Amino acid sequence: MLRIILFVFAALTAFAPAKAQDADLNALLETYRANIEKPSRTTIGPVLEDLVDSQLPAVPVFLEKWREKEVWQRESDGRFFFVEDATDGKVMLIDVDSGAEAGLADKNDLDNLKPNSGVRGVIAGALVQFQLSDPDPERRLQALTALERDPEASHLSILRGAIESESDPAIKARKERLQRLLTIQFGSDQANRVAAIESFAGDPGVDARAALNPLLATRVEVFDAVPEGLNVARLLTPGSDIEPQSAYQMLVDAGKARPVVPMADRKQALIDNIENGMVAGTPVAELVTQAARDRAYLALAADGSVPPLVTPDEQRSAVANHVFAEIYAEKDPVLTTAARETLANISGTVGLYQFVDLALDGLSLASIYFLAAIGLAITFGVMGVINMAHGEFIMIGAYTGYVVQQFIPNYTVSIIVALPLAFTVAFLAGVALERLVIRYLAHRPLETLLATFGISIALQQIAKNIFGTQARPLTSPSWLDGAWVLNDVVSISYIRIAIFVLALAFLGLLLFILNRTRLGLEVRAVTQNPRMASSMGINPDRINMLTFGLGSGIAGIAGVAIGLFAKVTSELGSGYIVQSFMTVVVGGVGNIWGTLAGAGMIGSLQKVIEFFNPSNTLAAQTYMIIFIIIFIQFRPKGIIALKGRAAGD
Amino acid sequence: MERSLLARQPSVLIFIGLLAVFTIVITILSEGFGLGIVSTSFIKILGKTLCLCLIAIAMDLVWGYCGILSLGHFAFFGLGGYMIGMWLMYERTKDIVIASLSSGELPATPEEIREGIGTQIFGVVGGAEIPMVWYFADSLFAQLALVVLVPGLLALVFGWLAFRSRVTGVYLSILTQAMTLALSLYLFQNDSGLRGNNGLSGLQNIPGLTEVPQSVVSVWFFLASAFALGLGYLVAAWVVSGKFGNVIRAIRDDEARIRFMGYPVEAYKLVVFTLTAVIAAIAGALYYPQAGIINPAEIAPIASIYLAVWVAIGGRGRLYGAVIGAALVSLLSSWFTGGQAPSIPLGFYTVNWVDWWQVLLGLGFVLVTLFAPKGIGGLFDKLVRKDAAS
Repeated sequence: MLRIILFVFAALTAFAPAKAQDADLNALLETYRANIEKPSRTTIGPVLEDLVDSQLPAVPVFLEKWREKEVWQRESDGRFFFVEDATDGKVMLIDVDSGAEAGLADKNDLDNLKPNSGVRGVIAGALVQFQLSDPDPERRLQALTALERDPEASHLSILRGAIESESDPAIKARKERLQRLLTIQFGSDQANRVAAIESFAGDPGVDARAALNPLLATRVEVFDAVPEGLNVARLLTPGSDIEPQSAYQMLVDAGKARPVVPMADRKQALIDNIENGMVAGTPVAELVTQAARDRAYLALAADGSVPPLVTPDEQRSAVANHVFAEIYAEKDPVLTTAARETLANISGTVGLYQFVDLALDGLSLASIYFLAAIGLAITFGVMGVINMAHGEFIMIGAYTGYVVQQFIPNYTVSIIVALPLAFTVAFLAGVALERLVIRYLAHRPLETLLATFGISIALQQIAKNIFGTQARPLTSPSWLDGAWVLNDVVSISYIRIAIFVLALAFLGLLLFILNRTRLGLEVRAVTQNPRMASSMGINPDRINMLTFGLGSGIAGIAGVAIGLFAKVTSELGSGYIVQSFMTVVVGGVGNIWGTLAGAGMIGSLQKVIEFFNPSNTLAAQTYMIIFIIIFIQFRPKGIIALKGRAAGD
Repeated sequence: MERSLLARQPSVLIFIGLLAVFTIVITILSEGFGLGIVSTSFIKILGKTLCLCLIAIAMDLVWGYCGILSLGHFAFFGLGGYMIGMWLMYERTKDIVIASLSSGELPATPEEIREGIGTQIFGVVGGAEIPMVWYFADSLFAQLALVVLVPGLLALVFGWLAFRSRVTGVYLSILTQAMTLALSLYLFQNDSGLRGNNGLSGLQNIPGLTEVPQSVVSVWFFLASAFALGLGYLVAAWVVSGKFGNVIRAIRDDEARIRFMGYPVEAYKLVVFTLTAVIAAIAGALYYPQAGIINPAEIAPIASIYLAVWVAIGGRGRLYGAVIGAALVSLLSSWFTGGQAPSIPLGFYTVNWVDWWQVLLGLGFVLVTLFAPKGIGGLFDKLVRKDAAS
């Protein structure tokens, strides 16, 4: 197309453009001076075509500078230059062709060329082919990205030409992929396009689906008989595939049926025909039901004073006598079939990857719940008490992280400092709570629950008084920004990976403490039988205190982890407390593996329910809680229940 | 030898006597019927407090007497409120819609009235259809029955599931908490059919009684609440004083032993759980017309925990303790958080009670559990015993 315009243009101006390798860019520009001075979207095409065809080495630089509004024109002779700032308020002129300095000039003698954004877009398009074979791989990638964003039919041949010479295998693969995508969209040859379509089978990329879906765009049309010669996607059965009302409306729109008189118009017609308190012989006061109104309207219609009603029977038969079909906008059935089959294939692959993605999401949520709940599970297992203030220990950890960041501006260092500090602060708070309150409520678990709830509301309000109600940021170090992206479907943010690693580390640490150390031995002994343990010389008070501190300390760590992706507020902990309870209850008490299983189940369950009902996370939580209540019916002691005497009661 | 109820529960007579005197005095002082010394808004606060006392009695029955620490009884309270709220809102909207349609040139059809009501009520959640759950909303008697039936049925099903699988102790507390959380999250959705987080509003306007001033309506509700509280107290006293009361107290103290003695422990628990749910629902149905608005935040888990706090502070295992706790803490709460309490300047820092009341409540609650496990009611017992000794 451009070539034709160019030809016409050339013929009109009767001016054969210099088109040889040895021609000077200045001379070429001189030819088109008027167009370059006052460019417009429509006239710039031939100029660019010719510049590109000239193969002059200086053309890419010129085009780029032109687009960047860095080309100036000397008023005296109309020549184009680049400029550099020089001394004495003057500028140094640079020759556009050779890049050599061409003398000083006063800025007032020069005009800056400022093409508008439409023209700049056209220039950028012309630049693409230079950029696609630019020596700098970075720029080739940029050009590819620009192409992906805004592809045009003309780019296809340019891109094909640029694949052969590509040396970087990664970029070459990307070019080839883009070439196939463009072939689907703009290719001229059916076999080529089908091959390109089928080459994307099993490809989970969003771009592949975006290229294939337009091929399958359909519109619903109405026909008198089964249509022939059209690429029919499917025939629609009124009632199941298409609503009878909308089917009838289509008939009306196509001029094949009489329009239905809308309810509001019917009412208005009745009002318009009120005469002496009567409508068609019926007193107005009697029109208190729709049936009475319909009778009055029919009476009016019989006189011919209002348009007649279309009866439901008439609508039904009209709809039944016509054929409704979805028609592909793409006329070639070979293409649509190939696209449909490929998309079906892709959706299988995508489903698989979505499952992987869901599993990763569930795993990351499970690791958060594990961190939040494990402290609760330990204290519940050892002491049989539920600590309602556990959520507030999570909050304490998060605020500790926030305060540390106020003093240590380096985010990496501050996180490294904050983790042990959060553990220490929460540990001390837990020990204090155990010594001051819980110890005196031994063997009264329900009262402990309520007393710790009192602590919980007090701590929450104190945090609100100190830090205010607005959310405080806990910024993650920059190396945790971003996400690990496998493909367009599967990705997981680095923060979540870090939390997963953290949860794994604490799982290992706790397993080590409980199974390999003296403290762990004593904790297990107290869990199984406190009185027997104390008669064997274990001090249960000390063990209780240390376990409570340990559980609270881990809650503090969880607080830092949660604070990294959620805003730190005084309600941070209470948002996780019910989930933590659920994790403990579902998993079973006094067993790390139980908590792990509970966290895994709740985390994945929540993600699965959210997946099936993505718009409604509230409903997801409701269903999950109902599920847990039912689950408890079948395993009242949790997934992993302690057996024998350890089960207590 | 069966002694009479009043002899076994001497507090009943005292309580009902005090309640009657209090009610009569307040009515005489009210704007609607008497001297106008007590403002209408304060009458509403008192009426609401009486409803809270009623649900506290239910809580005391289920926790203090039967040992089931339910952290979900506000779910039943809220459901009761929703059930009566549906009728109040539907009928009032219907009156408004009929009034606005009657100015049209044609008389309104039932379809038009329904559509008008639907748009009025559900416009805020983007709908005009009246959901199925509102099927009975135009009938006061049906909704009054639902006030009892819906929460009662929920408690029956939930309690049956929980008790038959022997969920006890803190497990049960957490499960009930989960129940109320699930319900509140469900109601928060716009497509739950109960207007999502907007809840039901305008409940203080009684359909058909628009010309009666609020000062009079508030006294009616105050009297109704007082009557319900007195009746609830009587029922609760009757339940806990007979053989049934002995069994549920024994379940509280040693469930396994009672089971081995052959009592159907689960059935007893289920009866108490459901009965208290119904009492809570009635309290809610009286509370929300006085509050004027109900939304899902009302039944968030925290509310039910506060209920337990009231009963614990008042002294559980004593019906009057629950009443004292609920009245004292809820009135104090509204006094402190309402900004009426004077701030305490400490020079370097001013203690603002709006900010510090929660801290005081929380710590005070811890102190009560630690040092006065029988609550305020326990102090009464000591006084009474001292009198008896001297």
